Amino acid sequence: MNYDKELDARGLNCPLPILRTKKSLSELASGQILKINSTDPGSVKDMQAFAKQTGNELLSTAENNGEFIFMMRKH
Amino acid sequence: METKKMALIATKGTLDWAYPPFILASTAAALGYEVQIFFTFYGLQLLKKDLSGLKVSPLGNPGMPMKMPFGPKWFKGLNWNIPNAVQSLVPGYENLATSLMKQTIANNGVASIPELRELCVEADVKMIGCQMTVELFGFDHREFMDGIEYGGAATFFEFAGETDICLFI
Repeated sequence: MNYDKELDARGLNCPLPILRTKKSLSELASGQILKINSTDPGSVKDMQAFAKQTGNELLSTAENNGEFIFMMRKH
Repeated sequence: METKKMALIATKGTLDWAYPPFILASTAAALGYEVQIFFTFYGLQLLKKDLSGLKVSPLGNPGMPMKMPFGPKWFKGLNWNIPNAVQSLVPGYENLATSLMKQTIANNGVASIPELRELCVEADVKMIGCQMTVELFGFDHREFMDGIEYGGAATFFEFAGETDICLFI
């Protein structure tokens, strides 16, 4: 999947992945896509909750060897 | 959609208890909440310009695991049950526990308190110091960070009365 910006949140723990996601999204235009890499298992549920509450769309969640990859489209 | 609001009362002044208010406030702000924190009693320590004095005390805290942040995995997993009597007698025990805690925090990619507080400031979290406590504890406004307000219970209620979430920490 294509994306417009990538955020490396690996090694960070709650709530930093969410805070960095919010910051990265603010640098994107509406409709653009942010790819987020994280190692925090809690971020799976947190990204869903963040998307639901902020209106941004979580397009996909994938796991690869303990690393999580999220694709989020800015509202 | 109307902006959601959250008010917190922060009453604890230790390194461990500094986390809940700043984590909740920064996250709520990221979710679009308007946030205000009222710092009272020991919570005022969290508004100090210099946060390096925040400590954690395992003394009389049976809920706190005492584990080492270094060494092989089996060693890190050991829980050191040190009796309260020993903890209270060894000089510098609190300082040792605090530096071990800070190392554990860094090892786990958890933000430091100065970092989390700065994120709150950037996110426009409003911070209010309890003026009564400032006087009670003999503090000086110059010891505290710039850009905060001081007020009393009525100031807190002005915002708290209109919030969706209101917590005492």
